[in-house]
Amino acid sequence: MPAASTAQLDPGRSVVEQLRERVAAMERRTTGEVVPTLAGLTDVLPLRAGSAYAVDSASLALALAAGASQAGAWVGFAGCPDFGAEAAAGLGIELSRTVLVPDPGEHWVEVTAALVDVLRVVVLRPPASVSEKTAAVLGSRLRNRSAVLVVHGRWPRVEARLSTVESAWEGPTTGPGELQERRAGVLVHRGSRPPRRIDLSWPDVARVDPVDPVEQQPVVRRAIG
Amino acid sequence: MVVWCPDWSVVAALEEAGASSRSPAAVLHANLVEVCNGPARAEGVRRGQRRRDAQARCPDLVLLPANPDRDARAFEPVLATVEDLRPGVAALRPGLLAVRAPDRWYGNETYAAATVAEALVGIGVRDVRLGVADDLFTAEQAARTADAQSWTVVPPGGSPDFLRGLPVSVLADEGAQGRELVSLLERLGMRSLGDLADLPAEAVGHRLGAYGAAVRRRARGEDPTLFAARQPPPELDAEVPFEPPLESVEAVTFSVRTTAERFVEQLARRQLVATGVRVEAESEGVVCSSRTWLHPRHFGARDLVDRVHWQLQSADVGGSLRARKDVGVVRAPIERIRFVPEVVESAAAHGEALWGSASDDLVERGVARVQGMIGFDAVVRPVLQGGRSPAARQALVPWGERAVDLRPVDRPWPGRVPGPPPVRVFAVPRDAEVVDERNLDVRVTERGVVTGEPARFRVEGGDVPWQPVKAWAGPWPTDEGWWSGGAGLSARFQVVGADGRAWLLLRAPEGWSLEAAYD
Repeated sequence: MPAASTAQLDPGRSVVEQLRERVAAMERRTTGEVVPTLAGLTDVLPLRAGSAYAVDSASLALALAAGASQAGAWVGFAGCPDFGAEAAAGLGIELSRTVLVPDPGEHWVEVTAALVDVLRVVVLRPPASVSEKTAAVLGSRLRNRSAVLVVHGRWPRVEARLSTVESAWEGPTTGPGELQERRAGVLVHRGSRPPRRIDLSWPDVARVDPVDPVEQQPVVRRAIG
Repeated sequence: MVVWCPDWSVVAALEEAGASSRSPAAVLHANLVEVCNGPARAEGVRRGQRRRDAQARCPDLVLLPANPDRDARAFEPVLATVEDLRPGVAALRPGLLAVRAPDRWYGNETYAAATVAEALVGIGVRDVRLGVADDLFTAEQAARTADAQSWTVVPPGGSPDFLRGLPVSVLADEGAQGRELVSLLERLGMRSLGDLADLPAEAVGHRLGAYGAAVRRRARGEDPTLFAARQPPPELDAEVPFEPPLESVEAVTFSVRTTAERFVEQLARRQLVATGVRVEAESEGVVCSSRTWLHPRHFGARDLVDRVHWQLQSADVGGSLRARKDVGVVRAPIERIRFVPEVVESAAAHGEALWGSASDDLVERGVARVQGMIGFDAVVRPVLQGGRSPAARQALVPWGERAVDLRPVDRPWPGRVPGPPPVRVFAVPRDAEVVDERNLDVRVTERGVVTGEPARFRVEGGDVPWQPVKAWAGPWPTDEGWWSGGAGLSARFQVVGADGRAWLLLRAPEGWSLEAAYD
């Protein structure tokens, strides 16, 4: 398992606690351990080792992998022939610790399993529909190796599913200007619970609206009225 | 003993160009004649002439570019030949070498010189001159006075007498400092080295400085400069013969393991690691597969075994090995594998961190497993490079290879599209269409003017419904590769669709294409 040995300790948290986490990681009681994510995503979507997450856009997949890579872990991308290296580097993915299998072909399950063995976060775009059984096999492999699988597409068993809504670009109009910033809402579906919405801005993946509208709106209304 | 091959740059360049050594030729550097050969000199070509002047004097002159590496490379066989006769050769510069005269072995110095000259003429070096003397300077001057394929022997203790008669202009070969001194000595009325040698040491030191004093000492035969003999490079190749020859890749891979370990170990004993290794496979006495592998860090035994596996499995050899089993085509089995270190670096530069790099090793092994499943070049490492289009700004390097020939990132690259880099970059552009309000194809004129406002577009194939354009930016015109028949004048556009997704589209003369997506 690629332990984040080169990672710095987070000054905001207790040192003892973090060291305990590392010892636990070495003792392989790691399922459920939190894999680092980008600051904009941490409190809504803490990545749990051993779980799978589904996203519907390539930029979300990159954003989920970026935190772990920044923290010193190895990440991999399978089935992404259109990997944008410059965008990935811009999000903080360390390209020298990135394994890319652009086209695994018919062996994509075996390739993904082999990558899960040694990498911390694996981003997969499955070329075909995925059966329950395949997902279960890969799921147990994930828990065993305490890796995170981010699926760009559909996946039968996921911890959370992320979808993009109301995406809008700022900058261009009709001719002059250039793409500058993108704002999009991201819905986080967990099981049968109602989705939670966060608003993110690209390319720096920051929370635009720190107040969670789903939970906070009624309170605001009462205050006005 | 000094062996001198006159005009070596010209000789080496002519040999590489495959031209006759009798044709007048000159090696030019920065448009000035650096070295010219005898026939060219006879026509009036001189060192330091401009190219035009040289060609005016000798229209047949073969002009050759200067290349010090080539000169040194071509001199290597000469060194090896002399080394066979007497080890401890010092290459002073390409075309000039020094060695202790093997006089006792061959009887006397004349015989020794004759033997060396004969050996060198035997390998095709026609113009070789030798000088034998007590010290290096005298021996070099003696070689310069000798005729082609001949020698001058200065008897022991005879250096001062020999040098006394030489003109001071021989110092002009020692570079700018020497030429300056020659000019000064001639103005002072000193014509021969003997005149300089007769002056008192103190006076020479005061008037001509340290260099002048050193020349005076040499002219008196008092400065026996020693040379450092070169060490013949150690033999670091490792090879394994198979008797009988092996037919399956698996068997070969299994059998090279100990050889690979020995190869790495003998490098390690010299505190070296290999970062580039050539793997050669031989069958029926000829090398049937040879490939140089570069490692991003350095080769271990396991890496080498993997490389052998991939090399034999890929391309023609591998195909035939497998086909042999299936179809029964008789094909030469492998009878020898050889590892040749091509790039060797000090192990100190590649030391592991104190805490080890266990996780990296684990990743390497896991990736090697994936490579074994789907092929060596199916696993890649993304790297950034300079360029204008998004696809040109990145490169995918096969895992375990080193990136070579990357364009520099830190140049301005005018004409590239501003804004955030696209998340999806299509290696092969996809089809796209963009039309204006009147359903006419949007074009860009030669002056970079857009013929109509983009109103609707569709990407990836024909049956996708049209999408209204919400916003667009551009054009960013480029004209790449016009010098080599490139695409011609094209322009890039950023187009935002109604669903809020943005695309990077290229309008080339032949139509629209989709280069990247901002997803």
